[in-house]
Amino acid sequence: MTNLPRTQHIVASGLVAAVGVWVAWLSFTGEPARAFLFPRIISVAFVALALWTFGKALLGKTKVGPGLSRTATLNILPGIVVMLIYVFWAAPTLGFYTASTIAFFILLSLYDPAPHGASRTWVKRVLITAGFLAVMYGLFALLLGVFTPREVLF
Amino acid sequence: MEFLFYFGDVFSPFNFMLLLIGTIGGLILGATPGLSPTMAVALLIPFTFKLDPTQGLILLGAAYTSTVAGGAVSAILLKIPGAPANIATTLDGHTMAKNGQGARALQLSFISSAIGGVFGVLLLIFLTPVLAEWALAFGPSHLFWLAILGVTVIGSLDSSSVVKGLLSGCIGLWLATIGFDDVMGAQRFIFHSSVSGGINIIPALIGLFAIPQVITMFAKGRHQHDAEVLKVEKSPIMDSIREVFRRSRALTIGTLTGSFIGLIPGVGGQIAGLVAYDQARKASREQKKFGTGHSEGVIAAESANNAMVGPSLVPLLTLSIPGSPTAAVLLGGLLIHGIFPGSDLFENYPDVAWTFINSMLIGQILMCIFGLYVAGLAARVAQVPNAVMAAVVLALAVFGSYSVQTSMGDVYIMAALGTGMYFLERFGFSAAPLVLGLILGPIAEANFVQGAMIANATSSMGSYFFTGTLNLTLIGIVVASIAYSIWMELRQRRYLSKEDTLEREEQIT
Repeated sequence: MTNLPRTQHIVASGLVAAVGVWVAWLSFTGEPARAFLFPRIISVAFVALALWTFGKALLGKTKVGPGLSRTATLNILPGIVVMLIYVFWAAPTLGFYTASTIAFFILLSLYDPAPHGASRTWVKRVLITAGFLAVMYGLFALLLGVFTPREVLF
Repeated sequence: MEFLFYFGDVFSPFNFMLLLIGTIGGLILGATPGLSPTMAVALLIPFTFKLDPTQGLILLGAAYTSTVAGGAVSAILLKIPGAPANIATTLDGHTMAKNGQGARALQLSFISSAIGGVFGVLLLIFLTPVLAEWALAFGPSHLFWLAILGVTVIGSLDSSSVVKGLLSGCIGLWLATIGFDDVMGAQRFIFHSSVSGGINIIPALIGLFAIPQVITMFAKGRHQHDAEVLKVEKSPIMDSIREVFRRSRALTIGTLTGSFIGLIPGVGGQIAGLVAYDQARKASREQKKFGTGHSEGVIAAESANNAMVGPSLVPLLTLSIPGSPTAAVLLGGLLIHGIFPGSDLFENYPDVAWTFINSMLIGQILMCIFGLYVAGLAARVAQVPNAVMAAVVLALAVFGSYSVQTSMGDVYIMAALGTGMYFLERFGFSAAPLVLGLILGPIAEANFVQGAMIANATSSMGSYFFTGTLNLTLIGIVVASIAYSIWMELRQRRYLSKEDTLEREEQIT
């Protein structure tokens, strides 16, 4: 069991409780009532458990979950930003393979422990990216026949 | 003995080739730290779309079996468990490797894995038809309670906190209701066009299991594995076979413990390995040797984590209740082929069910044979930097989710659920009950609605859902599992949760 920053737990459980209340509100106001019978039962349990969790967080009695350290947050932030841009914008706009190549290369460069100054490192990263994308093209386009969005590029 | 009738199907050239690919690929994937068996199987599902159900299941089953065993390679040679199930193996396996007995440790690990695994699959073969026949007696109210049982058992046993586990299950059940209602056709919780058709299970599974792992790799930053691959000297295989049988007590304890734990829904392989290791140590005449490179430690841990694989599929194949997160992913693999497990599976698709189960039996033996040859390569793959692994898994997740229905909406759902799950996991929530809720939600709702109709026509809702021996037994198990988990939580002697396992894994690393 870990001692955790109380605020983080209050925010996290508060968000879950808010979603629970929203689900309950939609379930009990949704029509036709018969279609929402099962969601109503679930939402009652959802809200009860979420409020219990939120109450425990408010009282500082949360015992599980390591939370997010400053270092971990700083480490994941660029990766998550790249991932979200890749999924929600680049893939449907530029095309799957172009977006995947760019995202793969950026992530590799961001998190690869090899020194950025050496030219060999960059050649290696380019080769790994090219090799991986060739494998992905072989697997999904040629083997499985999945037609991915090509959009402005490929 | 119906299973013998379908044995030949495993050896058809294409099926056997898939079994080999699944086994060898699984051994390599299993050795890679950060690629859990569940995630490996989830990422493989899109590759089964073009296969028929039997072939798809053979591939997924072989991958499941061998990823669990493959994790021992990096545990022994690198001191990094490939999967949480292999944590106990590091304790003696790595010490053996450091003492120049790496090959022997690997041989003991694969031989005991195969023996445990074969026993587990035999249990699956003999228990499944009996339970499947019994499941025929289940009506809508029983199936409703069974679905609720599946969520609550995993929610209470698999999580660090009972309340957060059950809350995760509720979130999963709610997610399952998004989309159009089957009976009335009403729109429910459609807040974005991507979810208008409901949440597809496969992208959700990929997101919930793969994306948190990708972000966890990001969290390590520009970290370099500094673990050194220990050299493997040649060792006579016959000596290792003799050693395994000479240590029959550890083998028996491991096999029986793993099989029993596998039958309990929600209790994963990491627990099987650690419990078996602990029990074997207590029962051994050489207790003090444990932790110093003792063969009994490797034998007990590895036989247990593979013995768990077969029995963990019993509740899935008979009652359509996945016993573990990986079984839930396999259920997803069955559903995309239009096959619904349960009593109907053995009635309508005996060829699919038995060929799959038989392939798991053969897969255990192949895993033992190939494990020893692939170990060196697998250990090298285990050293692939986090940056490469994270980028590879992310791209596979995106392509895999898209290929389910060639829909960008599925990719958005995958990314959104996965990112959300990472943050939820940091605060004590768990993916397994959420996934179970998502998968079992439609089953629970369909049977609830059907049961409500029967109740309105015959008796009251209360008497239909809350009376009868089977209903009361199922409700009793739901209550007992929650009460037991709360009691264990209060005593702070709960089973090792995923978070604790990761913490321990980090300590070992």
